[in-house]
Amino acid sequence: MKLEYKVEGGDFTAAGFASSQIKKILKQLNIDPSVIKRVVIALYEAEVNIVAHAYRGVIKAHIESGGITLTLEDEGPGIPDVEMAMTPGFSTATKAVREMGFGAGMGLPNISENADSFNIETIVGKGTTLTIGIKFK
Amino acid sequence: MKVKDVAEKLGLKVFSAPQGLEREVSGGYTSDLLSDVMGHSQEGQIWITLQTHKNIMAVASLRDLAAIILVKGFEPDADTMELSEQEGIPVLGTRMQAFELSGSLYEILK
Ligand SMILES: Nc1ncnc2c1ncn2[C@@H]1O[C@H](COP(=O)(O)OP(=O)(O)O)[C@@H](O)[C@H]1O
Ligand SMILES: [Mg+2]
Repeated sequence: MKLEYKVEGGDFTAAGFASSQIKKILKQLNIDPSVIKRVVIALYEAEVNIVAHAYRGVIKAHIESGGITLTLEDEGPGIPDVEMAMTPGFSTATKAVREMGFGAGMGLPNISENADSFNIETIVGKGTTLTIGIKFK
Repeated sequence: MKVKDVAEKLGLKVFSAPQGLEREVSGGYTSDLLSDVMGHSQEGQIWITLQTHKNIMAVASLRDLAAIILVKGFEPDADTMELSEQEGIPVLGTRMQAFELSGSLYEILK
């Protein structure tokens, strides 16, 4: 099964929509709740990062019998130093975003903790693509 | 213990989704950082926070939390209440601040 969702940068009111849709589908497929939890945590963080840090993006979810592959491709500023971005607590989020309780610098570490495979491709000034793989067993 | 028992014992105001008062409470989690709650809360917990915007409902729903309690007299935004009704996850409120409320909730749940 292949699904696709569009995400607009800056639109926090819609953040989490793709995550909640995917959660529903995985529940219907009777996927183990502990696996669904990991998918939801990783996808929500990645979705919020497009909203908080990029201009727009597309989320693609590919569900197969063995697991799910999530690809989040955005047009945005890119990440100049990926290692730094992965450091827990590192964040370039604006004050307004921090006041909402986002921008704690825990997103990328949360994704990496919950994914079986995690890859970041990024070009500064162009955009970022995350690929997240989670196995069902 | 159910959300409604917690609401009664702690004298909480029910802002939205009274149909969710029957949800079972497994514990509590106090934090104003959404990523922290996303990554570390457990299913069935009551979330104590001062954040009032709609995204708290997305987090509560994605993590299957029992309810949200807003502290210090804060009130949920209109779209937060709307989503709360849709998801059936109540938003409650108190004048207490997070430290006091967490202590009181801890006492009645232990
Ligand atoms: N899609 C993205 N586009 C541009 N920069 C990003 C993106 N995702 C993450 N970053 C950068 O990596 C940093 C750390 O991300 P994260 O761990 O999710 O923390 P937070 O989002 O709370 O700042 C961000 O502050 C930002 O500088
Ligand atoms: Mg983030």
